[in-house]
Parts: sequence; C-alpha cells; structure tokens
Amino acid sequence: MTSATKQQPPLVEMRDMRVAFGGVHAVDGVNVDLFPGEVVALVGGNGAGKTTLIKALSGAHQADSGTIFINGEEASIDTPRDAKHYAIETIYQTLALAENIDAPSNMFLGRELKTKWGLLDDSAMESAAREVMGRLNPKFQNFKVPVSSLSGGQRQSVAIARAVHFNAKILIMDEPTAALGPLETSQVNELIQQLKAEGIGIFLISHDIHDVFDSADRIAVMMQGKLVGTVNKDEVTKDEVLAMIIMGKLPGEATESEMEHLHE
Amino acid sequence: MTEVPPGGAEQIEDEIETKGRSFASLIRTLDIDSRLLGMIAALLVIWIGIHFMSGGTFLTPRNLWNLSVQTAAVAVMATGMVLIIVTRNIDLSVGSMLAVIGMAMALLQAEILPDIIGFGHPFMWIIAVVAGIILGAIIGGFQGFIIAYVGVPSFIVTLGGLLVWRGAAWWMASGRTIAPMDETYQLLGGGSDGNIGGGWSWIVGIVASIGIVLLMMNRRRTRLAFGFSVRPLWADTAIGAVSIGVVLGGIAYLNRYYVPELLAKARIEEAGGIWPEGGINLSQGLAIPVLIAIGVTLLMTFVATRLTFGRYVFAIGGNPEAAELGGIKTRLTIVKAFALMGMLVAIGAAIQTARLNAAVSGLGQLTELYVIAAAVIGGTSLGGGIGTIPGAVLGALVMQSLQSGMVLLGVDAPLQDIVVGVVLVIAVAIDSFYRKRSV
Repeated sequence: MTSATKQQPPLVEMRDMRVAFGGVHAVDGVNVDLFPGEVVALVGGNGAGKTTLIKALSGAHQADSGTIFINGEEASIDTPRDAKHYAIETIYQTLALAENIDAPSNMFLGRELKTKWGLLDDSAMESAAREVMGRLNPKFQNFKVPVSSLSGGQRQSVAIARAVHFNAKILIMDEPTAALGPLETSQVNELIQQLKAEGIGIFLISHDIHDVFDSADRIAVMMQGKLVGTVNKDEVTKDEVLAMIIMGKLPGEATESEMEHLHE
Repeated sequence: MTEVPPGGAEQIEDEIETKGRSFASLIRTLDIDSRLLGMIAALLVIWIGIHFMSGGTFLTPRNLWNLSVQTAAVAVMATGMVLIIVTRNIDLSVGSMLAVIGMAMALLQAEILPDIIGFGHPFMWIIAVVAGIILGAIIGGFQGFIIAYVGVPSFIVTLGGLLVWRGAAWWMASGRTIAPMDETYQLLGGGSDGNIGGGWSWIVGIVASIGIVLLMMNRRRTRLAFGFSVRPLWADTAIGAVSIGVVLGGIAYLNRYYVPELLAKARIEEAGGIWPEGGINLSQGLAIPVLIAIGVTLLMTFVATRLTFGRYVFAIGGNPEAAELGGIKTRLTIVKAFALMGMLVAIGAAIQTARLNAAVSGLGQLTELYVIAAAVIGGTSLGGGIGTIPGAVLGALVMQSLQSGMVLLGVDAPLQDIVVGVVLVIAVAIDSFYRKRSV
C-alpha cells in the first residue's frame, strides 16, 4: 500500500458501526476502511463480531447505527439488492447456494439473464457460467446437476464464480477456505491475489492466521464486538496479531511474559 | 456417448458412474427424467394389472375417457400444489376453497347475473369463471400474505382456511344446492356435449406433434449455438417419434369411444345431415375438462421452468436464506404462489360444478388430501425444493386409476381408501429411498 493510493477516498469506509442483538453488543462502535486493490483481513475469536459487521455491508443484516461510505459517498445498504447495486459481492461462509438447482442458476440467482421475451435464458446463463468457471476452475464441468451433488470445493467455486462474474468492486469473503483442502485453499489464495491485482478491494474474514498473513495487506482485529486495532501486515509478527486476538492488546502493549503464554 | 458439436464442447456428467449397466447408460444418453419414466412404468403396471383383474374392462376407450375426465380437476389443482410444497409450505384449504369459489360462481350465474344481463347470456360463463379465478387469487393471496408477512405457518393458516371457507360456502347459500348452471358453463365439466369430437381431437393431436418437433428443434439449435453438448440426433429423433406416437396413438384410441347412437343421430340431423342406414360412429373426442387440464399443465410447466417466478419458487425451497441473500423477494414470491394456487382451485371448481351441474357447500371435501397426495406421489418432496408439474399430473392419474379401477373391480369403499392410503405411503417410501441413493 503506497501513500499515494491512501490519499484517494477509501473504497469502503464504515464509521462507528453498531449492531446489538437484544442486550448483546455484537458490533460496538467499529471503524474500518478498505482501499482499491487491497485485502483487509478481519480476524478475531468466535463471537468477536466479524460476520455481523460484514453483514451490515452486504445488506444481509441492518446495522443499528453507523455510516457506510462507498467511494467517499454515504451509502444506504438495507438489503442484499442494495449492496449489489454498489458492486459489493459476498461469498458467505455458508456459501448461500440453493442446493436443488444447478450451478448457472445459482450464479444468476436474483439476477437471471432473460431472453427478449422476458423468459429465463438458461443457455446464456450456462454459457456465461462456463466462461467464468473456465478461468476459476477449468476442471469444473457439472453445469447441469443440482449443486447438492457437487463436492465442497466445487460448491465454493460456484459461490466465488457468482461474485466474480458480476464485476465486484468490493468483495467480501467470509471464511472462504474453511471447507477446503490444501490444494483448493492455495487456489483461493491465488485467486485473491489475482482479483486484488485487478483493483478489487477485498474484506477477508478468516480464523486462519497463516492464510491471513499470506493474503492480507492490513489486519483488523476484533474482540467482543470492539475493534482492537488495524495493523499493517508488514509491521507486525504473527504473535503480535495473536496477542491482539486473544488478549485484545496492541503490539507493544503486551508484556513479554504474556507473549510467552500465547503458545502454552 | 454424447455427440460433441463443432464448438468443441466437453463431455458432461462424467461423474455419474454407469457401472456398465446398458439400460442406465441408454437412459443417460437419452437424457430423460428417470423418475418420470419410473412413474409412467408404475402407471402402466397399474393399468395392465387392473385391466386383467377386471376381465378386460379397464383399458377400454370408454373407461380411459372417463378416467381422463375424472382426473382433470385434481390434476389442475395438483400443478399448483407442487409449487406450494416446493416452497416448503402446504395448502390444506384447497377443498374448502373449491366449495366457496364453486358456490360463488354458481350463485353468480344462477341467481345474480340473470337479473342483470339476462338468463342464458353468452358471456355468462366467462364472467362466472373470471370472477371465480379472481376470487381464488384473492383468497389464496390473502392466506399467502398471512403466511409470508405475518409469519403464521402455512399448515395453521390453511387449516384455519379449511374450516373458514367451508363455513363460508354454506353461509353463502344457507346450505342450499344452487342449480342449474349456465348451458355453456356446463361444457367445462365434460358431460354428453362437453367434448370436441373426433376431428378436432385429431387437430389437437397434430398441433401437439408439431409443437413437440418445434420445441425439440429449438432446444437443439440453441444448445448447438452455444456450443453445448446435445443428445445424439438418433436419440432426439427417437424421443420425438415416441412422444408423437403416444399423443396420436392415444387420440386414435380415445376416439374409439363413440357418442351413443340416439345422440349421434340427433346431432347429425340437427346439422342438416341424413342418418345413414345402419348408422355411423361419431367419436366423443377429448373432453373439454381434459383439454383444460392439458392446457394448465403446459402453462404451469412453463411458469415453473421458464419464468423467474418459477426459478425463485425452487430457490426458496432449496435454501430460503440463499434466496433472500440473492436479492429475491421471497415473501412476495410465496404470496404469488398461494394466489396462483387459488386461481387453479377456481378452475378446478369450475370443472367440478359444471360436471355436477350444481354447487353444494359440501363440494370438494377431502379434495385437499387428493391434491396433496397427487403432488407427493408425483415426486414432490415435502422437504421442499423438489417437484415437477408433469409428475404431479401423473400422480393424479395414478390415484384416479387406482380408485376407478377398484370401483370396476367391485372393491368396497372402505378398502379403496385403505389401498389409496397404503399406495401413498409406499410411493413416498420408494421416492425417498431413490433420493438417498442418487444423492
């Protein structure tokens, strides 16, 4: 990340985001931003509020308060449709696929291609799906079977293809490699680099500290709904990030004995 | 193997193992819905079985003609029930809705409209049917609204509807029987005049055959244009030939059910013809309710597979959360599905009241169960997300075949119910076994 790009307005800026479920503050006054061609990892333990925060951006769940700016302009995102309007695409941890329909139908779900008569144009959708999949996962050939009969990696490909096809400018990836084997994981990491090079901004939610260090430019750590801090990957060690995740202490704040306890 | 077009498209579905079973690989090459094929086979087994047990009286043109008329109303409604069940809902109010809509249509043409536009007005039947369909959409849409937006489970809402609409049907006419129906309206139910005759039946058959050819050619051309794999030409030709053979053969066979001699004579003389010595055979031809059922089946197949609404219905059934995240208006889609169900019930009600030439508040009792059973026997999964329109129509045909077959065999009514109930459970058991193996 050069200082020149930082002077542009960020692609996404989320200011003072708050989401509460009953009395629990799942997200409590969090600020994060994301620049074009940048990968920001959101990390934290279970229940830290990463997914809830990101759902406010993807339109899946409305925030109670806080402001989202897209390219410096205030954006109102109430539904997944609104998010897509801002070229925000999300790859959910659950993948959000309808198991009973095929891959092209899933890719275009809610945004179907139609013929001039307004009917579903399944051939055009299959063709587009084959094209995208040819770039992402050339071995993928099961375009006519229900997604339920695909392997975990293939389903992941479908979910990623959906995000990629619609020219996302902002991509949210919630645990994209959680269900994948080592080979597929490295494929996803390669893809992240490729998309990044195309100038797409990526929020990466992950619990795998190694993945995060492989892919991310900056790391935002959350704990119990609050932002512990955002650090540049190049300026911290894995242990320092672990200290942020586990103890909520910024680099330099934790004592040496505390740092040693991390590995016990 | 699959033919590879010039575009160099790739072999698909190579993951499905064949294990060298030639029949399975044939089915795969032909790319036919094997579940549907299994149901057709089951239907044929039932037909042939009953035919021999009844001493050859079941598979007669006359009996098959009657069977087709008896199946029509349930088949029409089952096509809507498929969509309801696919969205993980249920509609228990179908039978009661049938009564209340049937009663409304009957009152309209027997008591209300004659005072306004005059008795026997040519538009009478159209006004009655359109009003019924609108009423069906309102009732169905209202129930759908409570289900989707208020969040009351469909089982409860439509269970309430089952009681409410039955009561309303009684209340509308204080329990009276409303009769007779308009003369043109009566044709919707079949009956002695409610059929199109042999000549028109052939025309319907020929149009259907041309339609089959055009659809298959169009599908083939589109897939080739995109460079996708298609069935081998011989397979397409064979499937087309068999389909057309079934259509035309069926019509040829049904056309051997003739109009009774007295009626035929009256008709010919009415048309200014001369009744020949020794008489001639006039074919009944397809019954109007059967044509309605065929039309509804085609239309609903179109809705389910070619429109975004149908795609959304299936997506919601497969994963409601994914549908929501995809930006689909899931609640509105469910309201639409229930409204559509109501409209189809209105068509069913028109067929039933026309056939009965009367409306009574007890009309359609237990119909909801037959409609649900038809959809489920036809491969609709109560878990949601899976089901086909032609399957449900076949399911309706299977049930009606069993019932009228048992009547032919002289089986006692209580035993008939037992058999239908057992068949329902067995059909679903076989289906879930098949599903577990195939996934």
